[in-house]
Amino acid sequence: MADATRDPVTGRMTTGHEWNGIEELDTPIPRVVLFFLATTTLFAVIYWLLMPAWPLGWTYTKGLLGIDQREVVAQQVRDAAAERAAWTARVADASFADIAADPALMRHVRDTGRTLFTDNCAVCHGTEGKGGPGFPNLAAGSWLWGGSPEAIAETIRAGINGTAKDTRTSQMMGFGRDGVLQREQVLAVVAYVRSLSGQKLTEAGQARLAAGKEVFAANCVACHGEDGKGQQDLGAPDLTDAHWIYGGDEQSVFNSVQNGRQGHMPSWEGRLSPTDIKLLALYVGTLAGGAK
Amino acid sequence: MIATLTVEERQRAIAVSAFLALCGVIMAIAGRDDLLGTHGVIVLLFGLGGIGLVLSKYFEPEPPQERLSHYYDDPTKVGIVLSLGWAVVGMFFGVWVAALLAWPDLTFDAAWASFGRLRPVHTSGVIFGFGGNALIATSFHVLQRTSRARLPDQFSPWFVLLGYNLFCVLAASGYLMGLTQSKEYAEPEWYADIWLVVVWVVYFLIYIRTLQRRKEPHIYVANWYYMAFILVVAVLHIVNNLAVPVSFGHAKSYSLFSGVQDAMTQWWYGHNAVAFFLTAGFLGMLYYYLPKRAGRPIFSYRLSIISFWGITFMYMWAGSHHLHYTALPQWVQTLGMTFSVVLLVPSWASAGNALATLNGAWDKVRDDATLRFMMVAAVFYGLSTFEGSFMAIRAVNSLSHYTDWTVGHVHAGALGWVAMITFGSLYALVPWMWKVERMYSPKLIEVHFWLALAGTIIYVFAMWNSGIIQGLMWRTYNDSGTLAYSFIDSLVAMHPYYISRTIGGLLFLIGAIVAAYNVWMTIRMARSQAAGTAEADRPVLHGAGAALQPGE
Repeated sequence: MADATRDPVTGRMTTGHEWNGIEELDTPIPRVVLFFLATTTLFAVIYWLLMPAWPLGWTYTKGLLGIDQREVVAQQVRDAAAERAAWTARVADASFADIAADPALMRHVRDTGRTLFTDNCAVCHGTEGKGGPGFPNLAAGSWLWGGSPEAIAETIRAGINGTAKDTRTSQMMGFGRDGVLQREQVLAVVAYVRSLSGQKLTEAGQARLAAGKEVFAANCVACHGEDGKGQQDLGAPDLTDAHWIYGGDEQSVFNSVQNGRQGHMPSWEGRLSPTDIKLLALYVGTLAGGAK
Repeated sequence: MIATLTVEERQRAIAVSAFLALCGVIMAIAGRDDLLGTHGVIVLLFGLGGIGLVLSKYFEPEPPQERLSHYYDDPTKVGIVLSLGWAVVGMFFGVWVAALLAWPDLTFDAAWASFGRLRPVHTSGVIFGFGGNALIATSFHVLQRTSRARLPDQFSPWFVLLGYNLFCVLAASGYLMGLTQSKEYAEPEWYADIWLVVVWVVYFLIYIRTLQRRKEPHIYVANWYYMAFILVVAVLHIVNNLAVPVSFGHAKSYSLFSGVQDAMTQWWYGHNAVAFFLTAGFLGMLYYYLPKRAGRPIFSYRLSIISFWGITFMYMWAGSHHLHYTALPQWVQTLGMTFSVVLLVPSWASAGNALATLNGAWDKVRDDATLRFMMVAAVFYGLSTFEGSFMAIRAVNSLSHYTDWTVGHVHAGALGWVAMITFGSLYALVPWMWKVERMYSPKLIEVHFWLALAGTIIYVFAMWNSGIIQGLMWRTYNDSGTLAYSFIDSLVAMHPYYISRTIGGLLFLIGAIVAAYNVWMTIRMARSQAAGTAEADRPVLHGAGAALQPGE
């Protein structure tokens, strides 16, 4: 143990301890440290008195302010709902047509609908509703199950091939895979289907058109209609427009006919409130430039 | 390495390695239909490697009795190298997961490369691999110097160091295979946890046995902190990992706790891991290497005392601030918040004590990048403890929680404090250990310093911006009284910050690679210059050397 010496830089004495050359000064604890220790402790004590703080067996000190975080949140939620009710009550009660005719209300629909849509729908349909491979474009006006707000709301509520009991169901068979059509027939109908939307065909495709039309008439018209414009009560897509869920190129259409398709949209009933679904239906309608 | 073991210790090493190999065989057989089997093979190989290593040098002559008049530094040297190896690996994975957040396609459609598996490789790699090895290495060094006593034997330090690294390997390889307890910073499964307990108890015993034989009347502050680190981490680790395995043939286990008790136990563990692993342990480092490098006495012994007891007492309560506004009863949140606020005082007292110790040595801070690393570490320690106490306040936490602000806060501590104090300490320690005058290149230390500082600042500022923007976007309402932004909107807003964060992390990684290179070249330089032990750098012998190591 070394003897206490005076440090020339600070003028302080050392404690007299030394470890492998390290010494310590006997500097008193700076006042500011004690001051802040006292202040923060005082803050803690006051906070304990005011708020729920210390456990007492099966209960705890409730605090003089009587604040409970659950009640605070419940109250805030109630207050916010009451504030929004100024317009949400009207959305809940009014018909779609009345809401659409009210510009002030539609402004709320667009504001709130956008957030609802991007939080719940954009994962599949994209932030602008333009869809992607396997997911329909909602901004195209080409509707599977109808584009009226009522129809859209029903699709959202029940889902497609979803879990709701009364979900919308729809399936396209795998005509080639299941042996209903021979490969040559599939190729023929693919050419014909692509011609419906005015796509340019290869020479081989041109040659198959007539055969394709026959295959189409025998196998496809039940769902897609004689003109190929689809049927919204069956969820069968319009094949004559420029919009394709799974792609309109030869390979993609071939895959659809060969292996079939069965899209899936969750049933949102129970996950979104009826008012939210109504808001979303109206909002989705605005994506296509107005409900059709 | 083996040559420094006595014959009895070589036999003990073979016995322990053989037992480990046997455990590996049992795990491999019992867990043959499970990932446990894969880990059994790793344990088996590790055990066989140990046996092979000892046998290859088994018939070398015993170390002379004269060894007892030297400190035993071989484990420290290996620990330094392992620490830097893990630093490069862990930080590389860090940059990778940072890049994944900016460019999510970097997973290459491989399960092992998904974010959820890579992230714990990063966190465990840097905390346990880099930080843990550095703590073990420096603690052995500091313990011997400040006790003026040699480690109690030659075998147990190796058991601790290599056993600990086996734990790290099991952890990292398990994550990549999808093994996790889903407890943050406590992901490894039950068998790895049990192994770590064994290693840790031996580590604690080394400390006690050496301190018992110390030739100094007082125990130095650094050792208080290292002891707190070892003791409390043992308690935390055991309690948080209490679990029941599905069977002894399965890696999977279920925690003893559920629901909010599980959350509270986890964050009691998590926050005290920050306190006793990432704070107490590294304060031990700071208390030795900073005054040593600066050549200055500690500013105030009394301040050291109240800081130590303030930190150890107050941190224990603070964990619940991770669970503000959750199902956790509010009174627990109150206690977590208020103790976190009081905790700021001893934390700043520690940082202040370190900085005031530099009075009279600021010219060295200017000229010496090694000391500057330690000074900046103390500053970042002060900054991040202030930030931590601030974020623990419920009202602040309601903005910061679940945002990148938390990530920024952690990295201000991890990069600015933990990594900087480690690099500073290693730059001081490496020349002493390999008995050379200085590091291979002081210029590269300077380069590393600026890379590390720039990387940290870019990282932390990016996350502050990103976190606060996120927090504000999530709570902004429009005129209709509904949320103005969706989650995706906030994600898009974060993208530029995620890119800057990746750049900041990359700079820090490059710095770590520079450090590893510099240390490697220093070791090569040392091999070409033979030098003896400085007379002062020896333990104190009392009478016969045998008294130093009872049982030999």
